[in-house]
Amino acid sequence: MTHTAQAPGAASIPGDMTADRAAARTRRLRRPSGSVVVMTLYLLFLMLPIYWLLNMSLKTNTEILSGLTLFPHTLTFENYATILTDASWYMGYVNSLIYVVMNTVISLAVALPAAYAFSRYSFMGDKHLFFWLLTNRMAPPAVFALPFFQLYSSVGLFDTHIAVALAHCLFNVPLAVWILEGFMRGVPREIDETAYIDGYSFGKFFVKIFMPLIASGIGVAAFFCFMFSWVELLLSRTLTSVDAKPIAATMTRTVGAAGVDWGVLAAAGVLTIVPGALVIYFVRNYIAKGFALGRV
Amino acid sequence: MAKITLENLAHSYLPNPSAEDDFALKELNHDWADGEAYALLGSSGCGKSTLLNIISGLLIPSQGRVLFDGQDMTHAPTAERNIAQVFQFPVVYDTMTVRENLAFPLKNRRMPADEIARRVQKVGAMIGMEAELGRKARGLTADAKQKISLGRGMVREDVNALLFDEPLTVIDPHMKWELRTQLKKLHHDFGHTMIYVTHDQTEALTFADKVVVMYDGRVVQIGTPQELFERPAHTFVGYFIGSPGMNLFDAELAGTAATVDGARVELGRAYAARGRRVQLGVRPEFVRIGTGDAGIPARVRRVEDVGRHKIVRLEVAGREVSAIAGEGTRIPADANRITFDPEGINVYADDWRVAPEGEAA
Amino acid sequence: MNKTVNQKAWFLVLPVLVLVAFSAVIPLMTVVNYSVQDTFGNNVFFWNGIRWFEEMLADERMWNALGRQLVFSSIILAIEVPLGILVALSMPKRGFWASFCLVVMSLPLLIPWNVVGTIWQIFGRIDIGLLGYTLDAIGIDYNYTQDFYAAWITVVVMDVWHWTSLVALLAYAGLQSIPDAYYQAAKIDQASRWAVFRYIELPKMAGVLMIAILLRFMDSFMIYTEPFVVTGGGPGNATTFLSIDLVKMALGQFDLGPAAAFSIMYFLVILLISWVFYTVMTNLDKRDAKG
Repeated sequence: MTHTAQAPGAASIPGDMTADRAAARTRRLRRPSGSVVVMTLYLLFLMLPIYWLLNMSLKTNTEILSGLTLFPHTLTFENYATILTDASWYMGYVNSLIYVVMNTVISLAVALPAAYAFSRYSFMGDKHLFFWLLTNRMAPPAVFALPFFQLYSSVGLFDTHIAVALAHCLFNVPLAVWILEGFMRGVPREIDETAYIDGYSFGKFFVKIFMPLIASGIGVAAFFCFMFSWVELLLSRTLTSVDAKPIAATMTRTVGAAGVDWGVLAAAGVLTIVPGALVIYFVRNYIAKGFALGRV
Repeated sequence: MAKITLENLAHSYLPNPSAEDDFALKELNHDWADGEAYALLGSSGCGKSTLLNIISGLLIPSQGRVLFDGQDMTHAPTAERNIAQVFQFPVVYDTMTVRENLAFPLKNRRMPADEIARRVQKVGAMIGMEAELGRKARGLTADAKQKISLGRGMVREDVNALLFDEPLTVIDPHMKWELRTQLKKLHHDFGHTMIYVTHDQTEALTFADKVVVMYDGRVVQIGTPQELFERPAHTFVGYFIGSPGMNLFDAELAGTAATVDGARVELGRAYAARGRRVQLGVRPEFVRIGTGDAGIPARVRRVEDVGRHKIVRLEVAGREVSAIAGEGTRIPADANRITFDPEGINVYADDWRVAPEGEAA
Repeated sequence: MNKTVNQKAWFLVLPVLVLVAFSAVIPLMTVVNYSVQDTFGNNVFFWNGIRWFEEMLADERMWNALGRQLVFSSIILAIEVPLGILVALSMPKRGFWASFCLVVMSLPLLIPWNVVGTIWQIFGRIDIGLLGYTLDAIGIDYNYTQDFYAAWITVVVMDVWHWTSLVALLAYAGLQSIPDAYYQAAKIDQASRWAVFRYIELPKMAGVLMIAILLRFMDSFMIYTEPFVVTGGGPGNATTFLSIDLVKMALGQFDLGPAAAFSIMYFLVILLISWVFYTVMTNLDKRDAKG
């Protein structure tokens, strides 16, 4: 409506409102705030060490050792080339990724039905079982390193990806159950009941209806499984020697007879950050909610 | 307490609004008289909460001024305006007791302890929660929490206005009545200016002295419940208020009569509304059902008995029309015509009401 | 929510049970087994009763490691929790910068732990590290491989760098769940910034903060890789925390009996403290459920 309308009892409603709008427009002035200062300092604190690693990975060893430079004066990708052309280096990444993905899939596959049971039913010993599961998240990997080594050696799984994937289930399965249970509690039971009345079988209901509803929860659980499996080193190093050796363990070989190959070490370090950074980039819009773990 | 004046007020959530549609609240001028109870009525997204937040100072308008007793408060922070607001979802401080909740606004204003205690006790009685004063607010029911929110406003006796943003949304139906009655009584006893935002017409009509109807970011009518009922200024008001809403018929005007679906309808007075989309608005209360040849052809679809009266649903030229008949009235089995009470007809051009010639617009 | 009683739900839990039994119970039994036996090699074991436990309890080495561990966990909790809350409060609420902060803050969480160690090992070196070099240049005697305090500060700062974001992200998630109306009501009530924090933000964050504290406590109590890479537990035993000590004993010296006894007591301490946290948390949940 662009014409001026006069209705009885109505406030006056001018049709054209462009006049002195600009003059009358008011804006809240942004005050310089402590928040910005805090955030800038904190992000700087987080980024500096990472920047330093990146900086070093792009330098030659000569430049690294000849004095401090804030950015590479002789830019080189030699260190990266060393890693990406040598199978014993890059297979480390492949090995890590293989067992991390295996672990994530296994953890979610067993945690989903269990979390559903905990969120929907009460059964004999459920509370004790839940707490006992959580205690495994509290188990120090150092306690388990040696027994794992013996166990997996005796069943012939030593130095395989599945051994590491299974070992990481120790802390990832309880975590996944716990996260998923939190998200599932937020889905009203009526949805389950309606689906059963509509003639869905349990399996079909779970896959077709329930899983899409808690998709964000599954995403969050997968994120955490990926994260904790990717960053763990003690168990994955103890359980592997050659064929399944993770990248993080491979890095120790930069220490040779001639000292430390700093450039390559830094480049390898930077490359271990990349998968995590990629994952974060893809889930950036869900991070805030995800970290609430369905519990706020 | 104060008179609140809005001058050329408009608001857009966009940084550089250009088209009229960019404005969530289109330009308006209005005085909120001191001590009156207003309801701000409209469907969701019509801009009523925006308007409320501008008055309370939670939003700074894109243009125009807000005056409290003639003093410019457009940029004054909420705290300086000395208003109280009750929100849609009860806001209480969970970790405090009910008493601490009520005392909180006074404590923040550094009032002496004995005065705080006196007022809290009084407000506690007003909202009927004396017995629960020592309880933690966490775990109270939604209506108790909403009463506390209200109490936190009431405890400041000198507030300029009490604002309500759909305060009964989460309250059980039987408690709604009680709370609304309490509000009316408080208004009657203390005479605060109250502005009550709602999308529920019953709430608006029973609570307020004056109802402000908003539609699409615009105030379409301000009036008493009776005015809104008898002379809706805009087809939206007719449709939104009343149950069922006003019937609308496309019509052509000719002198003191109109033609609807080929039938002649006497208006009694002339209207100047040529060249635009002309409609007749007739509330179901003024639609009469009859037989014979006089009136507009109609067919009875069904009759709903709602207790006090009957709602008759008819079909007129493919569209649904409602009529209200008294409980004792018999609907003839061969009913095939409808006629209108002339005093119940309003004429609309492009959705705005046209006053008959000779009556002041 | 009222749950229905259904014993068949056990079938849904069965896969988890089998898996966790395989990856936790069997190894744990091995540990228990070792802890009560002794060997003279050749895989000949004999019953040893609780001698290893008595020996470990009498050994100052474990008590020292436990002491260092408790001090370390307390320090990092005392720093990371308030700092995390401060960061969460300072974060932009929405828009590009909010995403940006989230991404940058998550980054340290996804770096393999030994790389975290490597990063700080390099960063702190006097010859090639920015931090060490700078400190050295302004005349501060800083050497984390030799000096007790420098080693501790490095390990603590590294942990703060590594994990504060987790606390901040959890607290941020809690803050995001507060409806705008609460802040508006507080404005109308003329609440001070402190009162808003104390009566609105902190209560709403309480739940997630408990999770954050629990996670940080457990993980800091098990910390191994990062300090091992940076200081190797030194200088001397200055940064030898429980896990480092245990691995030294079990994989380094192959003292299986004492290490097993150590493991069990270590695990029990974590369980005990975590159980206290867990109880407090579930009570909080219950209280919320009522509200």
